[in-house]
Amino acid sequence: MNDTLIKVEGVSKRFCRSLKKSLWYGTQDLCNEIVGRRHGRQGQLRDDEFWALKDVGFDLRRGECLGLIGRNGAGKTTLLRLLNGLIKPDSGRIEIRGRVGALIALGAGFNPILTGRENIQINASVLGLSKREIDEKIGQIIEFSEIEEFLDMPVQSYSSGMAVRLGFTVAVSFEPDIMLVDEVLAVGDSSFQRKCFDRIFHLQRRGTSFIIVSHNPYQIERLCQKAAVVHRGRLSPLTGGKEAIARYHDLMQQELAPSTTAAVSSREGTHELVFDRLFFENGDGQATDILHCTRPARLTADFHVTRPINNVRIRFEICSADNVVVLNLTANGLTESRQFEGKHRIAFSMEPLRLTSGWYYVNAIAVDTNIRLDTWNRAAEFRVLLQDNDAMLLTSDCGVFVCDGRWEIE
Amino acid sequence: MSRQNPLPVTIYTPDSAIASPARMFRDMIHDLRMSRELSWRLAVRDISAQYRQTALGFLWALVLPLANTAVWVFLSVSGILAVGATDLPYPVFVLIGAMLWAVFMEAVAAPLQGALAARDLLAKINFPREAIVISGIYQVLFNASIKLAILLAVLAVFGIVPDWTIVFVPLGVASLILAGTAIGLLLTPIGLLYTDIGKGLPVLMQFLMYLTPVVYPLRGEGTLSTLLLLNPLTPLIETTRAWLTGAAPEWLLYFLVTNCLAIVLLLGVWIAYRLAMPIIIERMSS
Repeated sequence: MNDTLIKVEGVSKRFCRSLKKSLWYGTQDLCNEIVGRRHGRQGQLRDDEFWALKDVGFDLRRGECLGLIGRNGAGKTTLLRLLNGLIKPDSGRIEIRGRVGALIALGAGFNPILTGRENIQINASVLGLSKREIDEKIGQIIEFSEIEEFLDMPVQSYSSGMAVRLGFTVAVSFEPDIMLVDEVLAVGDSSFQRKCFDRIFHLQRRGTSFIIVSHNPYQIERLCQKAAVVHRGRLSPLTGGKEAIARYHDLMQQELAPSTTAAVSSREGTHELVFDRLFFENGDGQATDILHCTRPARLTADFHVTRPINNVRIRFEICSADNVVVLNLTANGLTESRQFEGKHRIAFSMEPLRLTSGWYYVNAIAVDTNIRLDTWNRAAEFRVLLQDNDAMLLTSDCGVFVCDGRWEIE
Repeated sequence: MSRQNPLPVTIYTPDSAIASPARMFRDMIHDLRMSRELSWRLAVRDISAQYRQTALGFLWALVLPLANTAVWVFLSVSGILAVGATDLPYPVFVLIGAMLWAVFMEAVAAPLQGALAARDLLAKINFPREAIVISGIYQVLFNASIKLAILLAVLAVFGIVPDWTIVFVPLGVASLILAGTAIGLLLTPIGLLYTDIGKGLPVLMQFLMYLTPVVYPLRGEGTLSTLLLLNPLTPLIETTRAWLTGAAPEWLLYFLVTNCLAIVLLLGVWIAYRLAMPIIIERMSS
């Protein structure tokens, strides 16, 4: 049972940004291929090209399930297409043992005019089943798909869900050694989904290896023993599902958030008190917006008042990327009893920071009893990075705050 | 899934498949065998879908050649064009030519059309790519048999009783399809990348038709006649027409040579097509 079914070594793939050039490169590649020259030359990029995949390598053994997560366009689907032999690698080597099945284009090749039954036969034939196998399995397929009463209707009158369901059923009806799954487990209602999961578990027990691309962390965790993040064409080392998801979340937060900030920074109030500057310092006293969960951080705000005020309340809200206030830092007790005149600086030290990895922003709020003096939304933003030696993988996926406390057990 | 048998091993590398010819030929034979059933199913799918959505049904196979015939008969009868004397009544001559030409034209267009229609399938599922080509040939054969049936009926109406040579007609039609498929398959890879091929093909075919004795007979001398003689399609059309009407075929040797050339060409473009598909598919969907 320990044999390796998929062996991928140093595989790279170039893609081209411009369509015109892409077609021209295609023609060149075609000529090279026909005269027997190696694809991908010495591995340099041509004009307007980029690495869709770079130096990807992994092994997968019988019965194992590998989950791939990553943002759209990270290269996941390209990897599946390479494994399926649809396109050629530009460098490296892929060795596949056994019959490959794919849950990729469900219902591709369905002809809308023909009936469901006819389409099942054609689709199964495209997937490589012989006539005998189809005749044997058609009853099982019809039963699994739960659309028996519509079977002799043309597929064009099906709902899109039904068509995909039919496609899924055909694709899982035979037992390949390797199954490639691209983001299709979101098909149908929950009872059908459960059937799909059961079918996958069944195939896994029979020794089918899976590679599953999904955005759904729950699916990855449930189905896969191994998982990896695909990011900008590179594959992270294979780890457990939870760890890969943590890594993915970290990447997502680091990458996505900044683009949305500038537009939403806003402020309002009477401006009798004005925040001038808000910034973070790390443990060494350097101003920075990159912090770590287990290291000290200090939030500092400079402000001035246009007339002497007492009864001021100042607080800071630290919000996560999904706009939830995760910490509310109030300085009420300190500021209410004080008179302010001219310029001041207020700072809050967190030792350590205790926030899990991700992207955050800060709102600064100053009020005088009921009057808003200054509300500065998104006054500052910062990221908390995963540390390399972080044993606990503190990402915002498993809570945002690491509380310091004491356990007792009796 | 049998654990006893060793699993088939597939290896993908950047190396060109043509660099190891022995393996390539083995794969070609294997894929050809694998695509037998699939191509049949695809052909049945396309034919039944095509006719389920038309009112005229099978008659569509005849529309183009009939229209062509009508135009030329009109031009000739009205005296706008003098096409010269033919051994057969002119309408019969044109009809046979137009029908045979339509078969050839369909065969040329079929591989590219089939591959374009199956883009989605090609881009996402790995199945023997030969299936598309073979399925196209089945469809052309199907349409050709309708055309032949009509043609025989028309011949009977004109009182032309076919000789025993009629048994060779399928061979003639097969040669036309063979040559057509070879040319069509040659254009398919580039045609999938650049739509220019698909757009230019009908124009090119129009020209080619006038360089082949389809609507007018071969004449003794002149540049046109030299061109007609050089055209490898001439013996195919002429011989098949002769077999249909019981005349003695004058071009038998040339006919055989053309067929041999077509077979060699088809083998060559088949290899090219196989090599091209992964590269084309990559560009098609990017």
